[in-house]
Amino acid sequence: MTPTADPTQKRPLGGVLSVEGLDALLRQLQDRGYLVIGPIVQDGAVTYEPIASHQDLPRGTGDEQRPGMYRLRRRDDDAFFGYASAPASWKRYLFPARSPLFRAERSEGSIQVDDTPPVQPRYAFVGVRSCELAAIAIQNRVFLDSNHPDSTYAARSKDLFVVAVSCSDPAGTCFCQSMGTGPEAQAMFDLRLTELVGGSEHRFVVTPGSPAGEQVLAAVPHRPATPADVTAATEVTQRAKERMGRSMDVTDVHDLLLRNREHPRWKDVGSRCLACGNCTFACPTCFCSDSEDANELGTGAAVRTRAWASCFGLDYSSMHGGTIRTTIPGRYRQWMTHKLATWFDQFGTSGCAGCGRCITMCPVGIDITEEVKMIQESDRVKTTGEMQ
Amino acid sequence: MSEATKPKLAVWKFSSCDGCQLSLLDCEDELLQVVGAVEVSYFLEASSAIAEGPYDVSLVEGSITTEHDIERIKEVRRLSGILVSIGACATAGGIQALRNFADVREYTSTVYAHPEFISTLKTSTGIADHVKVDLELRGCPIDRHQLLEVVTALLSGRKPRVPTHAVCVECKKRGNVCVLTEHGTPCLGPVTQTGCGALCPSFNRGCYGCFGPAENTNIDSLTSALRATGMQDRDLVRVFRTFNAWSPAFRAAGEKVAAGGVTQ
Repeated sequence: MTPTADPTQKRPLGGVLSVEGLDALLRQLQDRGYLVIGPIVQDGAVTYEPIASHQDLPRGTGDEQRPGMYRLRRRDDDAFFGYASAPASWKRYLFPARSPLFRAERSEGSIQVDDTPPVQPRYAFVGVRSCELAAIAIQNRVFLDSNHPDSTYAARSKDLFVVAVSCSDPAGTCFCQSMGTGPEAQAMFDLRLTELVGGSEHRFVVTPGSPAGEQVLAAVPHRPATPADVTAATEVTQRAKERMGRSMDVTDVHDLLLRNREHPRWKDVGSRCLACGNCTFACPTCFCSDSEDANELGTGAAVRTRAWASCFGLDYSSMHGGTIRTTIPGRYRQWMTHKLATWFDQFGTSGCAGCGRCITMCPVGIDITEEVKMIQESDRVKTTGEMQ
Repeated sequence: MSEATKPKLAVWKFSSCDGCQLSLLDCEDELLQVVGAVEVSYFLEASSAIAEGPYDVSLVEGSITTEHDIERIKEVRRLSGILVSIGACATAGGIQALRNFADVREYTSTVYAHPEFISTLKTSTGIADHVKVDLELRGCPIDRHQLLEVVTALLSGRKPRVPTHAVCVECKKRGNVCVLTEHGTPCLGPVTQTGCGALCPSFNRGCYGCFGPAENTNIDSLTSALRATGMQDRDLVRVFRTFNAWSPAFRAAGEKVAAGGVTQ
């Protein structure tokens, strides 16, 4: 994945792929040595897994998402990418739930440390949404743009090839538009597809976003896009914008949250929050991890593993003397304030891509957009005297 | 390691089904390594050979249900260096703690032909209610990987890693679908302590709470969410009153529903 140049730069119209052309694209990626990951249906949900052809894709499958609820639904067309997003993001490929760090063993008076990184596949992600690309960009900044880039993440992401797919059917919990992260990918993709399913010809308008994308497209049978194709693709994005399930007003959110640290809403949301951590694991940008040490019984060797951690756990803020963030309202406040406010101070961006997973996957349906709104409204009353 | 320097391990049983002790014998791949690293000094389930105490590590299974149990656990404590209670019976009183919500005399008269021969306490309680416990391993039964973690940690002189967060953490790490939000299946995972490897949700079943309450839970909020899946008060009380019915958090949750205290 290579960042594109100025997105306002005039691009060629691109091409049009048929369904057979899509299969040729998948084959082309496999032939170039990529492990191709794309959407499939498994256990009643869309999930991103290795795919071989269009037959693996969730054809005719849509989704319904509300606070605390995700369900598949049958679409009345044959769209391959007619769902909004998978409950589990791409994060688990670039930043896996568990990754080995080293193994150390005593040997003849010294300690032998083996920290050879495991060989990583070269991933091609097919069907990446614009919000998901924004999330990957956020994690890139966290893991790579630092004085100490994360070698595991770097190894997993450096050869990434991205086939983005424009969102046609945002879910009820989606709010990418208000976050400026969607619904159509503008950058960071190698190829961008827009699926056109109505009418006589099931086809994909394809736009290259990088030299690598141009090379791959050149090796795949396609026809040039007509102005009518391009107009139809634009309409897909326009319709998606009109059907965005939620929105968040982020104009003043950084200062708003920081000046409302004692707001009664934190207690209110804390009375509903289970502190289960689901939002943090579902979130495509949450990046916290812990080091877990284990011993092998026979050899006595020590093995260290990096594993996902959540700021909703008590042990997360455990340090000498005890746990410092003991209440659930305190932990929810920490998570949301970091995500929407102090992330800017730390990394120069928001930590939220507007994908809505934290809303859908919360067992009690806590809605981050609603929590912001409630604080916003009372803050307006307080600071301007305006009644809502 | 010579026999003389190997730590002595004892395994004790109180009121229980033996399933947790069997988890040790179930460590088929690692069993020889375990018995190579420790001296199994008292483990009647495995061997009738008994070595005298004191013991460096005692694993205690089962709950305290008789006066005799109370005396015996004090003796076990006296003989033990590190005492680890294993399983829902030893940590929360087990399924037999359902008697704590009822009249035990009525139970014995229903079950036994000669209830006058039965000498039992009114309650079934965990080990920590009676003696100091150094570490608790939850579960019905315990997870053998957690047991091995305890054994290897103690052998290498480090603190065992026994996380107290929710089952959800393990589900997400495994990449499971969420049966609660994605299938609408009632699940206690958000308030249950991890340790089982998210066994039931990995097979598309809801969590039954075998490992008892997780740290710092907010069960009332989950109760409301479970009610939204269609569960009635009767079901809600029963779901909290299983293997860990007498654990303070599950007990309070069940009593609150029974009293009509948690509404949607």
